[in-house]
Amino acid sequence: MVEIRSPSVGKSWSEETRNRASEIIASYPQPRSAVMPLLYLAMAEEGYLTDHGMREVARRVGLTPAQVRSVASFYTMYKREDPGSYLISCCTSISCMLLGSDEILKAIEDETEVLAEQGGAEGLVTVEHVECIGACGGAPAVTVNYELIEGISVERAREMVRWLNKARPETVGGAELQELFGGRRSFDWGPFDRSSAVGPYPAFGPLGTVSIRSQSQDGQHGE
Amino acid sequence: MSDPTIITDRMSRFPGDSHTLDRYLATGGYQSLPKVLKMTPKEVTEEVRGANLRGRGGAGFPCGVKWGFLAPGKPAYLVVNGDESEPGTFKDRQLMERDPHQMLEGTIISSYASDVHHAFIYIRGEYPRSARRIQRAVDEAYDAGYLGADILGSGFDLDVTVHLGAGAYICGEETALLNSLEGRRGEPRLKPPYYPAAKGLYMKPTIVNNVETLSNVPWIIENGGEAFSSIGPDGSRGTRLFSVSGHVRRPGNYELVMGLSWRELIFDVAGGIPGDRALKCWIPGGASAPWFVPDLHLDLPVTLDDTAKAGSMLGSGAVVIMDETTCTIRAAERVVRFFAHESCGQCTPCREGCSWMERVLRRIEEGSGREVDIDMLLDISDNISPGLAWPPRMTTICPLGPSAVSPILAITTYFKDEIMDHIHQGACPLG
Repeated sequence: MVEIRSPSVGKSWSEETRNRASEIIASYPQPRSAVMPLLYLAMAEEGYLTDHGMREVARRVGLTPAQVRSVASFYTMYKREDPGSYLISCCTSISCMLLGSDEILKAIEDETEVLAEQGGAEGLVTVEHVECIGACGGAPAVTVNYELIEGISVERAREMVRWLNKARPETVGGAELQELFGGRRSFDWGPFDRSSAVGPYPAFGPLGTVSIRSQSQDGQHGE
Repeated sequence: MSDPTIITDRMSRFPGDSHTLDRYLATGGYQSLPKVLKMTPKEVTEEVRGANLRGRGGAGFPCGVKWGFLAPGKPAYLVVNGDESEPGTFKDRQLMERDPHQMLEGTIISSYASDVHHAFIYIRGEYPRSARRIQRAVDEAYDAGYLGADILGSGFDLDVTVHLGAGAYICGEETALLNSLEGRRGEPRLKPPYYPAAKGLYMKPTIVNNVETLSNVPWIIENGGEAFSSIGPDGSRGTRLFSVSGHVRRPGNYELVMGLSWRELIFDVAGGIPGDRALKCWIPGGASAPWFVPDLHLDLPVTLDDTAKAGSMLGSGAVVIMDETTCTIRAAERVVRFFAHESCGQCTPCREGCSWMERVLRRIEEGSGREVDIDMLLDISDNISPGLAWPPRMTTICPLGPSAVSPILAITTYFKDEIMDHIHQGACPLG
C-alpha cells in the first residue's frame, strides 16, 4: 500500500544508483549520451526531476546544470513537478479520438476530482492528456505510469481511478491493468508480463525502474 | 489469397513465446548470422541491395543503397530507429515486443555489412515493454555469443546499447534522434551540409534504420535478395506491415504484399466499417500523409509509387479510417494539434504556424469561425510549405511543419462544405 508520498528531495544518490549511473555512462562512447537515462535515474531516486537531481546528473556527465535542464525541458516525460504516485496519461490523438477518447479523459478527470473533494487523494494521481502512444489498434488507450491499457471504456476508466485510490498498489503492471480494465488490444501481447512500474517513469530494468512482483515460471525476469 | 509472411510469421505461429531466444533458435533464428560472417561485408550489402528493400520508417529510401552511402571514416555507428510515434502507427511496437531477436539479428547483420562495432537501439519512452523485451533479447544474445567480442569465432565485435527516449515525436527524425542520443535536445540538424552517412552520431558516419526494415534483413539473407525482390510490385518489393485503426471492424497490424487496392485493404482485410456506415475518408500513411477519399482513391493500388502519384504517401504504414459520422474539422484539428505539440520550436513557420492553425481549426469546430479563416489556414500553410505542392517544399529544417499542412489541404479540398456549415450554423453540424 502506497501512502501519499512526500518525496525526499535533495538526498544524495544511493550507492546502487551511483553504480548504475557509472555503468550506464560506460555503455556510451561519450558521457554526455548518458544524460537521458540518468535523468530517469534521478526521477526514480526522488519521484520526479528536482534541481538537485539535475545537478547530480550534470556532475556525472560533465555538463552544467543549465545544460542538463535545457535537455530535460525538451522532453515531456521528465516531470519537473511531482506527479504523485500514479501518472495517468490519456491518449487523445486521432485514432483514440475517433473512438471516444475525449469522453474517457473527461471521466478520468471527473473521477479524480470527486476523489479530491472527498479528501485524501491529492498528490496521489496526476491526469494528463498525451499525444499518440502507439496503441491505435486498441483505441481508446491510456497508460498508468506508462503501463498500457488498451480498449478502455468510460465505466472501466472510472473504476480504474477508484481502484488506484483504494488499492494503492506499490507497483502497477500493464498486463494486470489490462486484465482488470482493458478490452480489445492492438495485437496479442504474448504471455503475462510480470514486470511493473514503481513510479511515474517507464519501467525499464537498466534504469532501476522495473519491479518484478513474482517470479515467472521460467524464472526469467521481465516476462 | 494468402500472402507470404516474412516478419510476422514467428509471432503468428507461436504467440506464446515468439519473443524468447529458445523459440527464435527453434524456428531458424540466428542461422543467417553465421552465413553472413563467412561473406564479405560488401557481399552482404549487395544481397540486401538486390532485395530492393525500401525503408519502412516513412521516407522509403532503399536500404542497401543507404548502407552503400556510408562514408569510410571510423568508428561508424548503426542506430535502430524504434522511436515510432507517428499517430496511427503501432507496427514497430509489435515487432519489438513479439520478435525482438529477429530485429536484433538484422541489426547484427547490418552492423557487420557496414563494419560497425557499436549499435544503438533508440526506443520511444512510452514503449517500456518493447524496451524490456529488446533489452532481454540483447542480454540473451550476449550470453549466447551473438553479441560482444569475436562473435561466433569470426573476429567480428559488436556492442549494442538500448536507449530510451522521453516523449518527443521529433526524435523519430534521424538527425533529431542523433542529437537526442548525444544527450542534447532532440532538434533536427540542418541537412546539408552534413548527412548522417557522412557525419552523424558524434559527427561520425552513421546509418539510421527503422525497426521493420531491419526485421526483414535475416529473411533476405536466408532466402536471398532475389526472392524478396520477387514479392510484390515493382518499387514496393517484399511485404509491408500496415497499422489499421479508426472506424474499422478489425483494427490491427497486417503484413501484406503491396499492390492490393485500398478497397480490399479497408473492407476485406480490416473488415469494413462497423454498422456498415459509409466511408468518409482515410489517412493512407500516418498523420503526416495527405488524406484520401472514396470517390478518387478507393480503387488505387496500395504501392509506394501509386500513392505518391496520387499526392500522398505510404509513410509509416498507418491507415486511419474515418466513417461518415466523423467531423473532419475536428479530425484535422487533432492532427494539427499533434504537430503543434511536437514542433521542436527551431523554425518560426512551424513553431508559430502549427499552433496558429490549431487555434483557427478549433475556432471553426466550436462554431466561432469566419469565412476568411479558410484563406488564413491556406496562407499559414503556404508559409510553412510554399506552393502547397506534393512532395512538400519547406521553409523549415525538417518535414514536421509541412506535415501539418496535409489535413488542412484535405479539409479545404474535399470538405469545404463542412467547413462552411460550421461557420454558417455557428456549431458543428454533426453535433
